[in-house]
Parts: sequence; structure tokens; C-alpha cells
Amino acid sequence: MSDVITFLLLVKPWIGSALLLIGAILGVIGAVGMLRFPDVYTRVHAASVIDTGAMTVAIVGMIILAPTWIIAFKLVAIWLFLFITGPTSSHALVNAAYKAGLQPLIGAEARDPKQAERASQ
Amino acid sequence: MIGAASLSLVVAVLLLLVRALRGPTLYDRVAAVNALGTKIVLLIGAIGFLLGRPEWLDIALLYALINFVTTIAILKFFRYRSFQVPMVRREDGS
Repeated sequence: MSDVITFLLLVKPWIGSALLLIGAILGVIGAVGMLRFPDVYTRVHAASVIDTGAMTVAIVGMIILAPTWIIAFKLVAIWLFLFITGPTSSHALVNAAYKAGLQPLIGAEARDPKQAERASQ
Repeated sequence: MIGAASLSLVVAVLLLLVRALRGPTLYDRVAAVNALGTKIVLLIGAIGFLLGRPEWLDIALLYALINFVTTIAILKFFRYRSFQVPMVRREDGS
């Protein structure tokens, strides 16, 4: 039993760092999606999905790395705040863009063929 | 390995900065700055662990708070052209 605990304490920094690295690489993937997608709505989709998911993975890694309980608690507070406000700000952003009159590119053909033709040029 | 994670987050921040500078519409820029803020929060935490100073998480928490308020304030300003309009739902649903 104590061997298992010793082994877990030995590999703990490696697991935490690996999770942090995975989260950071997911963040790079989200940023590439933000660059490559064609209009506002798809870009916000890429950014918000990756924001919540990559942030969760990276913060779990940091919690495993945390030396004391108070630091783990601060990380949980950051996670909770970002988890609530990320989707909220994405929703507010897309709602503002839609109310301002931006039409999504997907499905533009069905709504108005001429406008879709003009938008794609 | 934490250094590699920090480097990846810096790359992500640079890519999002390209989108924030090039963005064709205002909403692209706001979305890029919002995502960039989350990446910066993670970067502050990762660098804190890298340098052995996890107290930086306080700064990261503060940055997360300010980032959310900034996004909502920018969106409200560009919709009403003023910070002083109360945010209430109107009768016609708009």
C-alpha cells in the first residue's frame, strides 16, 4: 500500500504537467480554428468550445500540481468563474452580432441566394 | 513540460492576436479578445507554477473577472452607444 502511494507521489508532477500541456495544445487548436473559420458565428463556436474544454483540462493539471490546499481552492474558484462566464459572454457576443444584422454564412443560400452570392465574393 | 505548455499558450495568444488585429467585423475582434483573456489567465497560472510562485493565481483570478466585465461593457457600449442605458428587456423582444 505504501508503495502505491510513493509511486503516485512520484508520478504526480508528470501527470499534472502532461494535463497542462494537453490543455495548452487544445488552446492552440482553438486559436487555429479562430483564424481559419469563415464567419463570426463559426469563429465564436471554435473559441468558446475550446475555451471551456481546454481551460478545464489545464486547470485540472494545475490542481494536480498544486503544493497546498489553498492553491487548489484558488484554482477551483478560477475554474468555476470561467466555467460560468465563458458561455455567458459567448452568448452575449453572438446575440449582439445577430441583433446588429450579421447573417450567418451557413444556410445563407436558402434564405437569400443573391445576398449569399454577394457575401461569398 | 510546464515550459512547453507556457510556450504553446504564447503561440495561441499570438494566433488570437492576429485575428484580433485582422478581424473584419467588430464582433470578431471582441471574440478574439475574449478568448485571448482566457488564454492569458491560463498563461499566468502556468508561469506561476513554472517559476515556483503559485501566488500568481490571485492575479489570474482578477484578470478573469476584469476580462468578463470588459467583454460585456464593450458589447453594451457598441449596442447602445452609451454606458448609461439600463440593460432591461424591452416589450418587443429586441
